[in-house]
Amino acid sequence: MSEAQNSQRIADLQKEMAELQMSSSGARARMQELESEMLKLKGEAGENISWERVKLARHPKRPHSLDYIQRIAPDFIEIHGDRNYGDDAAIVCGFGTVAGEHVMIIGLQKGRDTKQKLLRNFGMPKPEGYRKALRAMELASKFGRPIVTLLDTPGAYPGIDAEERGQAQAIALNLREMARIESPLIVIVIGEGGSGGALALGIGNRVYMLENAVYSVISPESCAAIIYRDSSKGDVAAAALKITASDLSKLGLVDGIIPEPPGGAQEDYDRAAEFLQTALLSAIRELKGMTPEQLITQRCDKFRKMGSFFTE
Amino acid sequence: MSMDWFKSSKKVAKVSDEERHVRTEGLWVKCEGCRQVIWRKDLADTLNCCPKCDFHFKVDARTRLKYLLDDENWIEHDAGLESTDPLGFVDSKSYKSRLAGMQKALGMKDAVISVTGKLLGRTVNVCALELKFIGGSMGSVMGEKITRAIERSIKDRAPLIIVSASGGARMQEGAVSLMQLGKISASLMLLDRAKVPFISVLTDPTTGGTTASFAMLGDLNIGEPGALIGFAGPRVIEQTIRQKLPEGFQRSEFVRDHGFLDAVVKRSEMREFIDKSLTFFLGPAA
Ligand SMILES: [Zn+2]
Repeated sequence: MSEAQNSQRIADLQKEMAELQMSSSGARARMQELESEMLKLKGEAGENISWERVKLARHPKRPHSLDYIQRIAPDFIEIHGDRNYGDDAAIVCGFGTVAGEHVMIIGLQKGRDTKQKLLRNFGMPKPEGYRKALRAMELASKFGRPIVTLLDTPGAYPGIDAEERGQAQAIALNLREMARIESPLIVIVIGEGGSGGALALGIGNRVYMLENAVYSVISPESCAAIIYRDSSKGDVAAAALKITASDLSKLGLVDGIIPEPPGGAQEDYDRAAEFLQTALLSAIRELKGMTPEQLITQRCDKFRKMGSFFTE
Repeated sequence: MSMDWFKSSKKVAKVSDEERHVRTEGLWVKCEGCRQVIWRKDLADTLNCCPKCDFHFKVDARTRLKYLLDDENWIEHDAGLESTDPLGFVDSKSYKSRLAGMQKALGMKDAVISVTGKLLGRTVNVCALELKFIGGSMGSVMGEKITRAIERSIKDRAPLIIVSASGGARMQEGAVSLMQLGKISASLMLLDRAKVPFISVLTDPTTGGTTASFAMLGDLNIGEPGALIGFAGPRVIEQTIRQKLPEGFQRSEFVRDHGFLDAVVKRSEMREFIDKSLTFFLGPAA
């Protein structure tokens, strides 16, 4: 195939993937085929795709939660604080309308320049961040408004103050209470899904990953430090840990993969936001007809089925 | 005091380390709390707590059940569940062979024992985590066994007790193990709705995803004295902040004083404490 034909085909595949996003889990198989075809076309097959994804997920120019929020909900109003201790800038909460739908948006927020990075604590929340997020979700639940969470964090902050204020308890409580939310809950991993710190906003009716996002129980570097005693072997560990969107899809842990513009979301924020919005809206419209009890049951059943075991 | 012992033992003992090891193996144990040497036989009479300083030694899951329950006539559940190795994970050895080795050495398929038994006459469902089994880590099997125990408690309305000793999610099962935090916690929401009590007992150590899910979600969270309890491990925190951690940081008493444990309870008083709590919730055992 010529280069032009090639890129036309890539564009077509991406369009079809974006549309498939709207349909049920039965579409997952086709999604896998599309993705492997696309990888071949892009000449990526056989390379360490996992590590390439990690680099893209952490790309300095990758769009963060606020970049998406600005584009999908221009009327966004931020709300602050956990009504208990303080406000955590590593998590942004607020509401706005996405193509006419009232949505509570909760985003893990990294910073871009040094000042922003410090303000956002490199996207590593403290307990008050998780508690603020839960408060925002309960507020949306009370009024039956759908919620979307945007996951992008290296992990929950491992520090003295976070421990003193109950980091573990804050995460645990979110895991349990998200199951009880009475409105549609949609989770989208937009960058790094860093272990419990990400999962603390991750219990949804639908869980999607962006094409180049990763979701992992441990960072590849920490894993490498444990198993190879060498944290520079993150690339090897990344492949072993199976952390890419297609890995999680194959493991049955996510419902779909949201495509990114060619080269990654950092190449075209508008288009990346468009794909995200398409997936979000179709999920909201799918879930809107369900009663609170149906939503709770569907969410609990979905996680109930996760796991891989046998009896002799 | 510990220095005294150390000096005198140096003077007296001229045997090689290896010889001493052979001679004393299994008979003596040095207390981590007061550094005194104790007859292991004496520990059996004190529920594995130091007779001198009350330091709580780690005990395995089966011993834990013996200490907690009235007798050993418990019914074990789901003992045959095994992990499928969903990632095909290989580190210094394959996860499959690591599992096989652990299973052979410990006589159990994974890191948790789930039973129904009696605590001071009351029927309870108990899950006891086994720290020796890959650090008590939580993978698919633990996720499923605890979830089934929760469902059993909802169905028969018997209180649930989980005794934790775990470093968190099991790395070798990747995101599958991460999702077990969500699976168990969502099931605990259903238990909460059903108004069946859940007592979480945290023992040394309980960290990572275990603390950040079920271990912190008890109607009562009870710590054993001196247990390490936290989200991030102390080494990770030291690396992050580049300073030494204060004495007692992340120990049960610290966690209680910061508001996240209802009580720190001695092993010898745990049964009575749990029974009194359950009596407050539900009335006396039938
Ligand atoms: Zn002692």
